[in-house]
Amino acid sequence: MTDAGEALLRLEGVYTNIGRYRILHGVDFAARRGRVTMLLGRNGAGKTTTLRTIMGLWKARLGKVIFDGQSIAAKETPHIARLGIAYVPENMGIFGKLTVRENMLLATERRGFVQQHLDRVLESFPALKVKWESPAGSLSGGQKQMLAIGRAIIEQRRLLLIDEPTKGLSPAMVDQLVAALLRLKREHTTVLLVEQNFRVAEAVGDDVAVMDEGRIIHTGDMAALSTNHALQHRLLGLSMADSL
Amino acid sequence: MSRDRLKQLQRWAPYALTPLVVIAALPAIGLGPWVTLTVAGLTMGIMLFMVASGLTLIFGLMDVLNFAHAAFVAVGAYVAVSVLQPLAGWTNEMSLTLNLAALLVALISAAVASGALGFVFERVIIRQVYGAPLRQILITIGALTVIEQLIIVVWGPQAIPLPKPAMLRGSVFIGSSSIETYRLFALCVGLAVAAAMHLFLTRTRLGLVVRAGVEDREMIQSLGYNIRRVFIGVFMAGTALAGMGGMMWGQYQAVVSSQIGDSMTILVFIILIIGGLGSVGGCFIGAILVGLTSNYVGFLAPKMALGSNILLMALILLWQPRGLFPIAEQH
Repeated sequence: MTDAGEALLRLEGVYTNIGRYRILHGVDFAARRGRVTMLLGRNGAGKTTTLRTIMGLWKARLGKVIFDGQSIAAKETPHIARLGIAYVPENMGIFGKLTVRENMLLATERRGFVQQHLDRVLESFPALKVKWESPAGSLSGGQKQMLAIGRAIIEQRRLLLIDEPTKGLSPAMVDQLVAALLRLKREHTTVLLVEQNFRVAEAVGDDVAVMDEGRIIHTGDMAALSTNHALQHRLLGLSMADSL
Repeated sequence: MSRDRLKQLQRWAPYALTPLVVIAALPAIGLGPWVTLTVAGLTMGIMLFMVASGLTLIFGLMDVLNFAHAAFVAVGAYVAVSVLQPLAGWTNEMSLTLNLAALLVALISAAVASGALGFVFERVIIRQVYGAPLRQILITIGALTVIEQLIIVVWGPQAIPLPKPAMLRGSVFIGSSSIETYRLFALCVGLAVAAAMHLFLTRTRLGLVVRAGVEDREMIQSLGYNIRRVFIGVFMAGTALAGMGGMMWGQYQAVVSSQIGDSMTILVFIILIIGGLGSVGGCFIGAILVGLTSNYVGFLAPKMALGSNILLMALILLWQPRGLFPIAEQH
């Protein structure tokens, strides 16, 4: 039995380079078990790099990435995924030539779907049911995002890494995604969510870590940040304030 | 025309290309030779598909440009020679069962030998040059030369005859059209291989992983699949198919030389480009198109035969710059 609220994922002094450029300069923060941690920051702050470093897609040059007490910084991506970490990249990572069903099937651990899990996904995203046998490439942007998140939760995951799920979506689609994220929150799924839309962050976040220039510059409660406009302005600048 | 109709037309147009070429050739050639040339074109296409399909997956999955693929074609052909020589009693017998049994043994041997060599090749050579296209080109061209020279050391510099089995010599007649029996056999084998490949890619989980890996390598790894391990399997299967293609091609030409694969290389790369890199379906259609075009143009304008496929590729690229069925966005 593990305690809700303890750190499931912890980054300690993580430095990551892309080519010759250093993007992360000693990132330190934790994502607590059973909570939604928002990773906020301006464009280019290093949020996506942080998620990709956790996932092993880019290797940390220095520092530790500890998941459930185990160091994963040197592990290969498939190994990290098999520990129960699901990743929804910014580009959604949909296999456009495969059907919606085939996309989902790839994320299952057994030969087929567990009916209960599938029902849960299709209940959250009914549009996927209609397009079940259609090529995923024919879906709208919002439907692709639903598929990406549905694929990430088709099995019981220990940690979800989601990168800007609402980017470029219509307000109606954003509402639907927020509802799905709130459902994950109610189910005490541990989520690390990168988001530019501050309203979404306020609605679903429990904890927050704010990044700037490859470093964590603030950690705390999301609720505290959402009521402190001066702090928001200082940490996030106009880009975030605009979405208020 | 509405935008949806136009989109649908654009999507289906590549599929209509092959039937259009076949139909357009009929009035120009005349029914009798047209049937013969069409069967010959399909046979040539299906054998090219066997060689090219592995290469397109190898490129699609790991961005590996393997110019040594022709060596596996040659190895398959020579292993078939070595297997069929002691089985001459079976191949010269007027018994379809014995003939087919000998060919089956040769085909399996060619596939196993080329696949095993492919495994060693991937572990020793390809593994060192992942993500380095220039080094891939240089090292695989070098390896092609080395393997061809090793073939000469083992089997000698002279071309070796690879006669067709007794029951597959000669021709059958459909009306006034004469069709070589061996071509029909090769067509059946090729179609069976293509069907098996289709079933593997669409009906099995591993096939699904391969198709997804060709589209987005990073994402398939993020779903927990070790793409390197999958790639070794695909590389072996691709080289095994090349070996089978080499055996079929050698017997089709009735002679085997160490450069047997080289003669196919240009056509194979044209097929890959026409079909869209990484697409097995595109590779199939591209191979059939190349086979048909070679035969039709060879009959109508023999002097243009050599350049006809390059012209075909240029026309298709002007229409569809990424090939008929592009898959991998990342390339």
